[in-house]
Amino acid sequence: MTKETQRDLFPGALEMMILRTLKRQPLHGYALAQHIKRTSDDLLQIEEGSLYPALQRLLKQELVKAEWGTSSTNRRVRIYRLTHAGAKHLQREVSSFERMLDGITRVLAPGES
Amino acid sequence: MNWLTQLVSRRQLYRDLSEEIQAHLDEKIEELVADGMSRDEARHMAMREFGNLALLEENGRDVWAWPSIENFLLDLRYGLRALWHSPVFTVVALLTISIGIAANVSVFTVVNSVLLRPLHYPRADQLVALHQVAPGAEGLADFENGLLLSPSMYFTYAEHNRTFQSLGVWVTGNANVTGLAVPEQVRTIGVSDGVLQTFDVPPAVGRWLLQADHVPGGPQRVMLSYGYWQRRFGGSTTVVGQNITLDSQPREIVGVMPAGFQFVDADFDIVVPFAFDRGKLILAGFGFHGVARLKPGVAIAEANADIARMLPIWMDSFSNGPGTNPHIYETWKIIPMLRSLKQEVIGNVGELLWVVMGTIAVVMLIACANVTNLLLVRVEARQQELAVRAALGAGRARIVRGLLVESLMLGLMGGGVGMGLAHAGVGFLVAMGPSNLPRMSEISLDARTLAFTLLLSLLSGLLFGLIPALRYARPRTGSALQSGGRTISVSRERHRARNLLVVGQVAMALVLLLSAGLMIRTFEAVQTVDPGFADAQHLQIMRISIPASLIAEPERVTRTQNAILDKLAAIQGVKSVGFVSNMPMEGVDSDWDEIFAQDKVYSGDLIAPLRLYKYLSPGLMQTAGTRLVAGREMTWGDIYGHRPVVMISESLAREMWGTPSAAVGKHLREYSKMPWHEVIGVIQDVREKGVQETAPEIVYWLPLVQNRFDPAIRTVTFVIRSARAGTESFLNDVQEAVWSVNSNLPLASVQTMQDVYNKSMARTSFTLVMIGIAAAMALALGVVGIYGVMSYIVSQRQREIGIRLALGAQRGQVLQMVLEQGTKLTVVGVAIGVAVGLGFTRLMTHLLFGVSAHDPLTFASVSSLLILVAVLACYIPARRAMRFDPAVAIRDE
Repeated sequence: MTKETQRDLFPGALEMMILRTLKRQPLHGYALAQHIKRTSDDLLQIEEGSLYPALQRLLKQELVKAEWGTSSTNRRVRIYRLTHAGAKHLQREVSSFERMLDGITRVLAPGES
Repeated sequence: MNWLTQLVSRRQLYRDLSEEIQAHLDEKIEELVADGMSRDEARHMAMREFGNLALLEENGRDVWAWPSIENFLLDLRYGLRALWHSPVFTVVALLTISIGIAANVSVFTVVNSVLLRPLHYPRADQLVALHQVAPGAEGLADFENGLLLSPSMYFTYAEHNRTFQSLGVWVTGNANVTGLAVPEQVRTIGVSDGVLQTFDVPPAVGRWLLQADHVPGGPQRVMLSYGYWQRRFGGSTTVVGQNITLDSQPREIVGVMPAGFQFVDADFDIVVPFAFDRGKLILAGFGFHGVARLKPGVAIAEANADIARMLPIWMDSFSNGPGTNPHIYETWKIIPMLRSLKQEVIGNVGELLWVVMGTIAVVMLIACANVTNLLLVRVEARQQELAVRAALGAGRARIVRGLLVESLMLGLMGGGVGMGLAHAGVGFLVAMGPSNLPRMSEISLDARTLAFTLLLSLLSGLLFGLIPALRYARPRTGSALQSGGRTISVSRERHRARNLLVVGQVAMALVLLLSAGLMIRTFEAVQTVDPGFADAQHLQIMRISIPASLIAEPERVTRTQNAILDKLAAIQGVKSVGFVSNMPMEGVDSDWDEIFAQDKVYSGDLIAPLRLYKYLSPGLMQTAGTRLVAGREMTWGDIYGHRPVVMISESLAREMWGTPSAAVGKHLREYSKMPWHEVIGVIQDVREKGVQETAPEIVYWLPLVQNRFDPAIRTVTFVIRSARAGTESFLNDVQEAVWSVNSNLPLASVQTMQDVYNKSMARTSFTLVMIGIAAAMALALGVVGIYGVMSYIVSQRQREIGIRLALGAQRGQVLQMVLEQGTKLTVVGVAIGVAVGLGFTRLMTHLLFGVSAHDPLTFASVSSLLILVAVLACYIPARRAMRFDPAVAIRDE
């Protein structure tokens, strides 16, 4: 029960990371989970499963699309790729996230001014 | 993707999701196994890292669904199943709720129909009653209707107003109809021009009475009520243009008013137009009800100001005859106080109905408290089931919502059953309700009642569902799973909600019992009041009217009445007879006039206090059982000898001359040209307006007294004392006796004095019965509540009590312990109830009589009654606790 509260850093963060990962290359769910875990150096405690509701949300908003295909290990998997709308959405989200981060950093930085 | 394709492809989406998740897990397991982990370990690891599988999959699916609706439907199904599987609980809870709702809906239906709905006139919000008061006129304070209008006022207002679309004056009366079947006395409404226009209800047949029908000496025309038209003319449309003989005078019927139409609150048979001769009108004659329709957007305050402006015009335009000062009425300080017509119709019934509504609402609260208790017990019992659901991935909010849906469903089902019961309940209320309750005929269920039922059902569902749901919301899943139905120690805290409920129930029940107690005391007090007549069920009364068109000469009228008395007295079984202008509580409009005493000084322009005056015949006092306090009774000799004598009431005698005996021999009169009349006797006070109203000061003139208008008293109430009163054969004899004197005289308002008395008491009895029913329900529910809680507590403490007994506790001590606990709760409840009751009963002060709203006797006896009953309710579970076999109690666990 308590894990649930740690699922996201903030609403939309997980989606943003998924979109960013998919921008580089289309992936299936398991690979996506492994990639995010690896690249974040396990700093973010994300339940692997929480990826799926997020993916469903993105599918519904048509920011990603999915196709059944075969993985490198020869399994039947669903491969997600970014749509055009998804790419634009990512860009918007990242820039607004950066602005927010910037703002937070300034406030947190030791005050010189 | 639009919602339609979503709906179609949803199964596919869900299947994809499950397959994908399974693939994810498989891949992970493969990888872990490849890393050297055993397959079992790998599966656990994969599951752990994945998170709550079922919940996540459900969340994934929820993206595509309308989760709120679908979850709700699921909750609904689950709730229904849960209710179905515990039929005893469901039936008991449903019964409690539906009876509570039925009682509330029934009373609300009456409140809605009588108080809330607009009157049945077009644009009824514009209608006002031309009510005015005159604080400067002594004696007028007794006027039920304030200062009524005089015809000259009507003309002034009609001609000079700026705020009304139309206005008119009306008054109720009686007339004799002959020539149709047997002679019949009918209820008439006299109307001036403007009354029908003001109500603006189109006729069912024919036309309204128009201005031309109100011309003195003009054609004589009338309208009929729908009921009278159906009854006497079979609803034939050819009735228009026919003649009807009213008080021996033919009049042409011009139209019929539609069914259900009333003049304010008055039923009628025939509408008769006034034909005032404007040129001959004087200022006085304040006997007419005024009704008006405001111009759109005009407020009552503006209309009041308008009338205040017209009062001087009225005094300048008319007089009371040569030598009188028209501005004498300035001393009366006449103030217009217009009332909305609805307020006029409803009168003081609002207070009564709201008190009844309030008491019934309290019953609903108690019922809700009982159901809450049941639900609490149920939730405890279902701990395990709920814990399993939580372990399977149901969120806490979801479970709480499920519980709430269940209780809301109970509420709604209760509402459905309650609505059905309310249908019968309304029938009961209409049958029970006092016949003088206004708008009784309009009582019906409508959309607002339905909305009220729905709201009440949902609210009560929420009310009794919330506490168990919130209590569950505290996390204790683990412990519930572990303890698995074995009750480990029951904490004090777990009983707190239940204890609070019991205290609340006791307090509310006490408030209702207090109200009922005060009403019973009121009823007792009323019974001891001497109304001014005795042995009412053996007093037969009836009204007989002798119109001038039938017998013109005053003395012959009195002789005819005398002859009727003689014939009546000769009927077998009649003890004595008499007549009077009206019996107390008959609801006949009273007459008032200024009364001057010879030995008092009245300074120039001052008007003497107004007094109620009546007429009576010799023998009336003995017949009715009214006592003579001092002096002597009048005789027929006084009447036919035109002797200037008069009788007065005890209260008037005391006010004017100190004692009744001092009044005998004094003189009084109505106006300056009237000879002084000697007071020959003083009569006990009679409760003219009802037992609960103070007895007014009354002057009793003799028939044929020299009177301004007509010395004969044409409409009187005949009173007959006989053991046969009220029987069919007796009434036949009475009718024969009257018709043997004059076959054109109809008998009206034939009833016994007991009927009159009961009618006048109807509101008090209605309140008593309603509050009594509410209090009985509250007591029953409260006792069941206490009993239920104490039983539950005892069963929960079975183990503890068993141990105590095993350790050597005396059975008496156990009994005492349980009783003490119950008594403590009750006493706290009673204390709170007394505090609340002190405030609540003050609201019903106006319904009480002869007892204070804070009557200590009622408070003390009701409180001890409730405590006694509560202790009895605790005694049963306490005795069960005492008889626990310690061995069994412990082994059970």
